Amino acid sequence: MNQLSIRGVSRTFSAARGRTTQALLPIDFDVRENDFVTILGPSGCGKSTLLRIVAGLDYPTEGRVLLDGQSVEGPGADRGVVFQSYTLFPWLTVAQNIRFGLRERGMSEAEQKERSDFFIAKVGLRGFEGHYPKQLSGGMQQRTAIARALANDPKMLLLDEPFGALDNQTRVLMQELLLGIWESARKTVLFVTHDIDEAIFMANRVAVFSARPGRIKTEIAVDFAHPRHYTIKTSPKFMEIKARLTEEIRAESLAAAQH
Amino acid sequence: MDVAPVMTPSKPTIASAATGVPRAGRRRALAPLEPVSARARWLLGLGFFVVFVMVWSLFTLGGLVSPTFLASPVTMVKEGVRLFVEYNFIHDIGMTVWRVFGGFILATVVAVPLGIAMGTWKGVEAFFEPFVSFCRYLPASAFIPLLILWAGIDEAQKLLVIFIGSVFQVTLMVAVTVGGARRDLVEAAYTLGANSRGIVARVLIPGAAPGIAETLRLVLGWAWTYVIVAELIGSSSGIGHMITDSQALLNTGQIIFGIIVIGVIGLISDLAFKALNRRLFAWSTL
Repeated sequence: MNQLSIRGVSRTFSAARGRTTQALLPIDFDVRENDFVTILGPSGCGKSTLLRIVAGLDYPTEGRVLLDGQSVEGPGADRGVVFQSYTLFPWLTVAQNIRFGLRERGMSEAEQKERSDFFIAKVGLRGFEGHYPKQLSGGMQQRTAIARALANDPKMLLLDEPFGALDNQTRVLMQELLLGIWESARKTVLFVTHDIDEAIFMANRVAVFSARPGRIKTEIAVDFAHPRHYTIKTSPKFMEIKARLTEEIRAESLAAAQH
Repeated sequence: MDVAPVMTPSKPTIASAATGVPRAGRRRALAPLEPVSARARWLLGLGFFVVFVMVWSLFTLGGLVSPTFLASPVTMVKEGVRLFVEYNFIHDIGMTVWRVFGGFILATVVAVPLGIAMGTWKGVEAFFEPFVSFCRYLPASAFIPLLILWAGIDEAQKLLVIFIGSVFQVTLMVAVTVGGARRDLVEAAYTLGANSRGIVARVLIPGAAPGIAETLRLVLGWAWTYVIVAELIGSSSGIGHMITDSQALLNTGQIIFGIIVIGVIGLISDLAFKALNRRLFAWSTL
């Protein structure tokens, strides 16, 4: 069943002197429940804009987004978001950050603690509950951000290049961590990235974005069995998908460079 | 192959600079932005006061200026002791401190909530901002004659001078601090289910709190300058009043002692404020 339906969503930004920039051409796209979809595209193609529209942080110029048949009118706790920039509240500890949404909802202290303890353990941050974000590495901050989004028990998880600022080794470990969480919790995930390996390794479905103005150019199903092991990254099948996506992306990057 | 011989000798230099070899220490003390040790900082800070008193002594004790116009450090200290022993100076100090804090707290109570509202809601800002910006440039001391007409020469007038001098400054600075909140944190809070009230109470205010506290510390320093002006005119107590009295008696020793007392109290309150801020908002200085 389709959980998320993107119906004819386009976005035009107005620039100086009455000129406009079309960021997104009308897009139709569906995401089924418990699906893990990555949106792959060159930088500046509008893929983050689409994610922000789904999150309710930006509005489509035309079209609409439906979540379980309900029109999305703004941001809400049913769509957890992890951003590329570090967005933990610096005045709250790791545990308090994870409880932020629960507190807003008025959950009892005991229940808050139970949930935050569970997710702290899940992202491997036991012993860091009382640390402030500035005392953590980038990878730990993003793990906290993932735990914070998951603790709210959203219908969907939206991730906007969450590992983009991390070093390569940390990024690979974070991918495995997130995939492991998805394999056990089965949330619907929309994951924006420009990293081809990341897009294939995580996803059941990769949607390739064109250069600006953005539209979805191709969709590729990735049917590796779960749980996935990192060694699939060197399998011939992985390489084949990667070669195909590399060609697709390269054409778009060249198109983007010519503008 | 050309590059290799050039690269090799330069390598040890880079390594020694990075590890801070003691031999390089003397030269590095004068390098731009190079930090100094805590001990050197104390000694340098103290050094200025020593030099200052020495130059002052040279001019006064050396007979270069008439004692009528400038008292020597020794006379100043003697006069200071007399102030406490014979003239109950501690009462004046108490009055001045109470006026500063009284007026300042009144200003804070009005300005901080107003500034937060202005920083949060652009409509509120558009309504108040032009007026507050205009008032910010009105000199508080110019209001003293008017305030004497309105409020007489008792405490209310003194408090109002401090209030007028601080309230507009604090309002604008708080509004700017709150308005400069990180948009990505606000967005993150929305996606976690926060409503407008939650955004203000649990994102904007906690995020701006260290900046607001710093603003208050700064403006408290200015309040000290207003209080003395307020006490110079139409007052029967306070450090400013003592200074006007001493001027009539040509007692420069007492005037200078009064000024130094103000400086010392100001410095102590500033350090206490700074320590409190650091303690309350430990997260912001991590």
